[in-house]
Amino acid sequence: MNYKTTRADGGVANAAAVNPPEMREVYARELSRMAEEDERIVVLDADLMRANGTATFRERFPERHIDVGVAEANMIGVAAGLSTLGLIPFPGTFTCFAARRAFDQFFISANYARQNVKLTGTDPGVAAAYNGGTHMSFEDIGLMRTIPRIVICEPSDPVSLAALLPQIAYRRGSSYLRLHRKPIAPLYAQSEDFEIGKGKVISEGNDLTIIGTGAIMVAEAIRAAELLAGYGVSTRVIDMHTIKPIDEQLVIDAARRTGAILTAENHQASTGLGSAVAEVLTEHFPVLQTRVGVQEEFGEVGTQEYLQKRFGLTADNIVERAHQLLARKAARVL
Amino acid sequence: MTTSEATALKRKAIEIRKLTVDQIAHLGVGHIGGSLSVVEILVLLYYRHLNVDPQNPRMPERDKLVMSKGHAGPALYSVLADRGFFSTGMLHTLNQGGTNLPSHCDMNRTPGIDMTTGSLGQGLSAAVGIAIGHRLQHLPGRVFALIGDGDTNEGQTWEAAMSASMYGLGNLVVFTDYNKMQIDGPIESVMKTDNLNDRWTSFGWFAQRVDGHDIVALSEALERALAEASRPSMIIADTVKGKDMPQIENDYKNHNMPLTAEDRERAFAHFAMLEEALR
Repeated sequence: MNYKTTRADGGVANAAAVNPPEMREVYARELSRMAEEDERIVVLDADLMRANGTATFRERFPERHIDVGVAEANMIGVAAGLSTLGLIPFPGTFTCFAARRAFDQFFISANYARQNVKLTGTDPGVAAAYNGGTHMSFEDIGLMRTIPRIVICEPSDPVSLAALLPQIAYRRGSSYLRLHRKPIAPLYAQSEDFEIGKGKVISEGNDLTIIGTGAIMVAEAIRAAELLAGYGVSTRVIDMHTIKPIDEQLVIDAARRTGAILTAENHQASTGLGSAVAEVLTEHFPVLQTRVGVQEEFGEVGTQEYLQKRFGLTADNIVERAHQLLARKAARVL
Repeated sequence: MTTSEATALKRKAIEIRKLTVDQIAHLGVGHIGGSLSVVEILVLLYYRHLNVDPQNPRMPERDKLVMSKGHAGPALYSVLADRGFFSTGMLHTLNQGGTNLPSHCDMNRTPGIDMTTGSLGQGLSAAVGIAIGHRLQHLPGRVFALIGDGDTNEGQTWEAAMSASMYGLGNLVVFTDYNKMQIDGPIESVMKTDNLNDRWTSFGWFAQRVDGHDIVALSEALERALAEASRPSMIIADTVKGKDMPQIENDYKNHNMPLTAEDRERAFAHFAMLEEALR
C-alpha cells in the first residue's frame, strides 16, 4: 500500500485530518475565489443556501446570488437564461431535487439548448441520512449519464474538489457536480493535479482494481484495500472523480493489469459508475467485474453509518465481494 | 401610433400570415393555429419596438424575445425572414431533415432566436434569467416573452412568475397568447384559466388584458408596460387560434394539422380581401 505517499502532505494535512474542512465550505470558498476574478460567476439556490454553504457567497456577492425559493425547475431555467448571456451559473440543491425534480429542465433548457449550466447536487445517496428516503438519490448519476456530452464529477476530498471546480467552470457545456457537503479529510496533497476525465490512481496493486467514486466510497475502497492486504491481496485503487466522460484508458489499463474490477459507488449498482465501467470493459477489454452499490432498493432514514451497512457501502462488504470476485477470477483462469 | 403607422403594421400582419401559411402548406402539416394567433404581437414587437440587428443577431445590447410557446416558431420564422435575419426561401425548409428551422424554436440553429424552447413551461424561467442577467451586466435591452395556454397550465410558469415579481423585473414584458384552445379542446373543457388578469396581478405583476389582434390596443398596452420600472408586466392578449383562416378559425383541431395547396389558396384569397379592405 503506497497511497500514503500520495496523501496530503505534512502538518497541513495532519491538521486537516484532525479538523477536516466541510466540503460545502470548500465549494463556496472556491466559487467566491473565482467570482472575485470573474464577474460571470453567478450562484443560484432553491432555499438551501444555508445547507449548501453558499450563504457565504451571497454575503460577498449579493447581486450575483439568486435564491428562487423552493422551485428547482425554475432555478434551472433561470440559470439557462443567465447562461445565454455568457454568464456562468452554478445552481445547487440536494441531489434528489437536482436530478429527479428538475431533470427535464436541465435536459432541455440547459443541455439540449447547449447552455453552460453548472449544476451541483449535494448530499448524495446515504449522505442524506436523517433526511431519509425522499431525499436520498441513488439514481442521479444514472439519470445524468443519459444526457449527451455532459460532464459528471464526484470529487472524493476537498483538494480534488477545489482543483476540479475551476475546470468545471471553464469547460464549456453543462455539468453535474455530485457534492458531499460534510467534513472530509484531505486524501491528496495540495500540489496534486487533477483533470476532468482523468481518474486518479491512489495505490498500485496486481490482483484486482477497486474503482470508487465520491468521498464515502473512495475512503471505503482505500480501507478495503488495506484489509485485503492483510489477506495477501494486492489491490489497485482508483478514484474515478469523473464519471462522464469516463477515463476509458485508465479502466482498460486496470483491466489489463489486474484482470478483475470492482466498482464502488454510493448509488444504485446499475446505471452509475459500475455501468459506465462495464460499458468500457465490454467493448474494449472484458474482464470480470463486481459492482458494489445499492441493489434495486429505495433509500431510507438512519445515520450514514447505519445506511452504509444497510446498503453494503462499506469496506467490509467490498472485501467480501472482492474475495468472491477473486475466486471467480481464479476459477476462470483455471 | 398614427393611423398610417397602424395600417402599415396591419398590412405587415397579413404579409406575415401569408408567409406562415405558405411555409406550413409547403411542408403539408404544422402548428398553424397557434402561429396565426401570435402574428400581431410579433409584428408590433419586430416592426416597432425591438432593438435587433438582422446583420448582428447576437448583438449583446439587443432586446430579446423568448418564444415560450416554441411551436409558434413558423410565425416567428416568417417575421425573422422578412426582417432579413435569413432568406425567405429558407422558410420552405421548415422541419426538413437538417433544417435550421425546426418545428420548435432553437437558438443554436436559427439566427434571431434567443432561447431554445418547445417544452412548454420552460420559457418564462429562461426569460427571468435573461432579465436578471441584463441587470447584472447593465445591458440596456428589454426582455420579452410570449407564452400560451399550454404554458399557463405548467406549474413552472408560476414558479417563474413568482421569481420575476420577487426580483422586481421591470425590464420583463410577457404576452399571453390567450387563444383559449388547447390540443384536447377549449380551455373550459381541458384546464380553466378564468380571471387570468387577477392571477397575474396577485403574483405581483402589472397585468393588462387587450384584444390581441388590435395593433393599436396592443401598442398602447405595451407602452404602459414599458413604463413599469419595478415590476414585471403581463399583457394578456385575447386572440383567435387560426386567426384569418376562416376555414379553421377557433377550431381546437387546428393546433397541428395538415394544410393542402387548396387550403393555402383559400387562405390567400381571404388575405387578398383583407388587404383590399386596408386600401
